[in-house]
Amino acid sequence: MGWLASLQKLDRRWIFALMGALVMIPLLFPIGLKLTVSRPVQMFVDAIDRIPDGSTVLMSCDYDPASRPELVPMTQTALRQLWDKGCKVVVTVLWPGGSGIVDQTLRGVAAEPPYRGKKYGSDWVNLGYKAGNESVMVLMGQGITGAFPADYTGHSTSDYQALPIMKNVRDYSSFPLLVNISAGYPGTKEWVQQVNSRFHLPMVSGCTAVSTPEYYPYLQSGQLRGLLGGMAGAAEYELARHEHRGPATRGMDAQSLAHVFVAFCIVLGNLAQRQRGGGGGA
Amino acid sequence: MNVSHDFGVWVSALLTLFVFSFLYRDNPLYKFAEHLFVGVSAGYYMVLNFWTVIVTNLWDPLVTMVTKHQAPFSASLGDYRIWLVVPGIFGIMMFARLLGRVGWLSRWPLAVIIGVYAGLKTTGFAQGDLVAQVQASLQPLLTGHWGSSINNILFMLGIISSLLFFFYSREHKGVLGVTSRLGVGFLMVSFGAGYGYTVMSRISLLIGRFQFLIHDWLGLR
Repeated sequence: MGWLASLQKLDRRWIFALMGALVMIPLLFPIGLKLTVSRPVQMFVDAIDRIPDGSTVLMSCDYDPASRPELVPMTQTALRQLWDKGCKVVVTVLWPGGSGIVDQTLRGVAAEPPYRGKKYGSDWVNLGYKAGNESVMVLMGQGITGAFPADYTGHSTSDYQALPIMKNVRDYSSFPLLVNISAGYPGTKEWVQQVNSRFHLPMVSGCTAVSTPEYYPYLQSGQLRGLLGGMAGAAEYELARHEHRGPATRGMDAQSLAHVFVAFCIVLGNLAQRQRGGGGGA
Repeated sequence: MNVSHDFGVWVSALLTLFVFSFLYRDNPLYKFAEHLFVGVSAGYYMVLNFWTVIVTNLWDPLVTMVTKHQAPFSASLGDYRIWLVVPGIFGIMMFARLLGRVGWLSRWPLAVIIGVYAGLKTTGFAQGDLVAQVQASLQPLLTGHWGSSINNILFMLGIISSLLFFFYSREHKGVLGVTSRLGVGFLMVSFGAGYGYTVMSRISLLIGRFQFLIHDWLGLR
């Protein structure tokens, strides 16, 4: 088994190159590996489906460009689902680097043919970024306009002519559901602790894969009504909404191959370590 | 192939390639991209916080109050804007750290921040995590449906054995030893799931950049 011993001396750049190729090739030549909708994702879809048509929904997009491949597809699909139900959407951002990308994402969906009739200020509003993390969440419970005196474009949130959507928005009691798209802190955990528990606002979460295991207990306890975990969650959400070849779905072939490669490397590394005589201990 | 003519896309693509070049080895192009990112981020956050926090929440309300001769304290209208002076002064006191002898002044606003956050975190954790999670952990072992019964029994075994693994007041021998080893097994499964999700997150970042290079920059569909 000399080849196993030679792996010990393998230049790590070969691993990087192989990983790069495994990710790049399926993006250029899609394989179309099968996806199925998991229960947490179906719960997310159902939670939004259950709210009354035409409701005003709070959507907090707590991420920045670093989480774009995972969270932007979720934001787009969630916005489409809400608008398909005739819902109005009030968007907030608690990450300083997020206001630009969130606004770009929302305007991108609003420019799609089925949603061109959606008017900013009437059907949706972007309240932009607010510093303060949990304190902003608590402050919003006392009044949304107090926490966000102006929207992302500078309009006063008390100016009902410019932003008619705000006429019916007082505090958390104005919303039947919170849709949180979260990349970490502040995000889903803080919304659960500060808002779901105190103000009893039902919520669903879409989050980065790395934070998904942390949020599963909230799903099991019923504090979250649905959960999208990472790019796989976003792809399943697209599948559940019949959005074929969405951005997350397109990335899943590469994702699957990369995971198989990582698993293969782990097995190979363990075999090489065992042959060398190491038990894998400290 | 329809290569982008957008200057911003080209800048973004080249910076992405500069960062990727680190995988071969450290080099000046990578260093340039790294320093540019740190500098731009710091500047962006400062400007963003100035315009979205200081101007919107402090400056504008106070200026409006003075220029439009509005009441500074109209409790009946829910308007308490004169109080904004207090956090404003606290904010200025934070900069006392730079002044040496009066540096101690910065401890007051820090004390307020720590106090507020400790209060928010403690009550939030107690309500959102401790009580709700303990309540959700009390599952019936026999539900009348074999699938959910097995699930709940495994769940209970996992909780008890994992908790006992962290019980250090007795040596892990005998029943406690067996249970804590079972707990280690459950913990390993959770670490494995965590690792798998972490790999997914990191690969997603790579996919995102490659999608950008292939679609947005090179225009390959």
